[in-house]
Amino acid sequence: MANDILVYGEIRGGELKKVVKELIGAARLIAQNTSGSIDAVLIGEGASVAADSLKEYGLRKIYVNEEELLKSYSTEGYAAFLANLIGEASPGYVLFGATAQGRDLAPRVGAKVDGVIFSDCVDVRYEDGKLVAKRPVYSGKLFIEITPRGERTTFMTIRPNNLPPAEPSGSGAEIVARPASVTREMIRALVAEIIPLAGGRPDVTEADTIVSGGRAMKDGANFKILEDLADLLGGAVGASRAAVDAGFTEHALQVGQTGKIVNPKLYIACGISGAIQHLAGMRASKVIVAINKDPNAPIFERAHYGIVGDLFEIVPVMTEEIKKIL
Amino acid sequence: MKIITLLKRVPDTEARILINKEGTGIQEDGIKFVINTYDEYAIEEGLLLREKVGGESKVTVVCMGPEEATELIRTALAMGADDAVHICDPALGKPGPFTSAAVLAKALQEEGFDIIFCGKQAIDDDMAQVQAILAEMLDIPQVNVVTAFEISDDQGKAVLRRSIEGGNEKVETSLPVIVSCEKGLNEPRYASLPGIMKAKKKEIRKKTLSDLGFDGAPGTGRADILKWLPLPKSGECRMIEAEELGDGVKELVRLLREEAKVL
Repeated sequence: MANDILVYGEIRGGELKKVVKELIGAARLIAQNTSGSIDAVLIGEGASVAADSLKEYGLRKIYVNEEELLKSYSTEGYAAFLANLIGEASPGYVLFGATAQGRDLAPRVGAKVDGVIFSDCVDVRYEDGKLVAKRPVYSGKLFIEITPRGERTTFMTIRPNNLPPAEPSGSGAEIVARPASVTREMIRALVAEIIPLAGGRPDVTEADTIVSGGRAMKDGANFKILEDLADLLGGAVGASRAAVDAGFTEHALQVGQTGKIVNPKLYIACGISGAIQHLAGMRASKVIVAINKDPNAPIFERAHYGIVGDLFEIVPVMTEEIKKIL
Repeated sequence: MKIITLLKRVPDTEARILINKEGTGIQEDGIKFVINTYDEYAIEEGLLLREKVGGESKVTVVCMGPEEATELIRTALAMGADDAVHICDPALGKPGPFTSAAVLAKALQEEGFDIIFCGKQAIDDDMAQVQAILAEMLDIPQVNVVTAFEISDDQGKAVLRRSIEGGNEKVETSLPVIVSCEKGLNEPRYASLPGIMKAKKKEIRKKTLSDLGFDGAPGTGRADILKWLPLPKSGECRMIEAEELGDGVKELVRLLREEAKVL
């Protein structure tokens, strides 16, 4: 029904992504206004187990598929399965996490069912009987508030770590094994293998804490002091474009307009001057600490706490001080 | 091989973006416009592929954008692309992703293609939707956020690496395919002086919507922008000063734990 909401429960390595509970929270907000029901759909290896973990979240149905053909991710296989389900259940809203998979999949499914798609939403509300989503444009230099026109299914990808996760509530959901109407021939591009990054740290887009280095790091080997602090806090290591372009570290760690957009609880910028394009990537962080030699560096205009000084002296001392209290 | 690279004209990454007086968009005056950063990787990958497969291969730039995009198309031609299609029509206005995809799909069907490279997203609207909608309209596979690309010897398949949280997916696909490019895929070349000279003589085929068989911009608006919002003002930065470095750091750690509650 057009007042219902479908939540895409992304699974990675057999585990449900953290963002899924945030999506359920957003779905509840919509449901309160539309009086609709919330369903979820889980595809791939581990879907049944993950579905059990969502049973007490006030969902009506949890659709599950663990067939061989959909065991690992393919845009076309997953999109065909979802489009078919959406065609039958006809929800008014479909929510995805704005993850690598969600951002790949949502527009393809949205195109299949001729919907409307809002990417990277950071907030959702209901106003005057209409859904209003807030999303960044110009890489976070501005925001727009946007509302769907007409009666199309509205797809949203919602950025992780922005909305509070839902707590368990309501009665148990019905788990429905849904067969795939997908054939091998429909899948032309297939994920053959997942290659994890070295280091075993969380991704900058998923970390609660990021310790980032800029041009002042001088050399890739010097990132060791950032890694020590990040590892102590269970966080990720990030870098500015200047540091990546200088070859100190890999692009996967780059935070900024041409890197990753992040919103951790704590962002520690070490030797980063704060170019517009870097600020665009990290200004959503809840608490920003800047460590820089130059008291006039623009990073201090965006930071909550600042220390002027040599990062090579400050960071190791900070690591030792934090060790004492943890 | 017919290689297509898509190009969009966007504000420079270093540009300060402000909302216009009417509150209906951004102030464009004084902004430098450039080739969308990620499209540069797409152009470079197209050129590398042409160099690899050789023969009758051709790289065609396809751009939908205003008159002013011409100079950026020339830059792509100076980098080494063979020719270009410029879809330029005032009726397009600021097209939504479904309109853009419908127009591009038509142009690409007319042009023919074996592979399409584009940027992983345009750095103005930041939607990253057009490639997927286009792939659906053309009924071809898509591989997004690609950091490595290799074509098979028979040119019928490709193996790619695409960036995901904490790692990469290795993807195998058949051709034709649309590939959206991420930084790190390659190092885009600069236009050489001979390249710039040659580019002046290369063909840019201009097309209006009616040339492509459309009666006005296809597709109706699917969404309304209610409001443009500036960034919330950031508070004062609390500068921590101390005679001894150790005391300053100690104070910072205390504040992070007791005041900010993030440790």
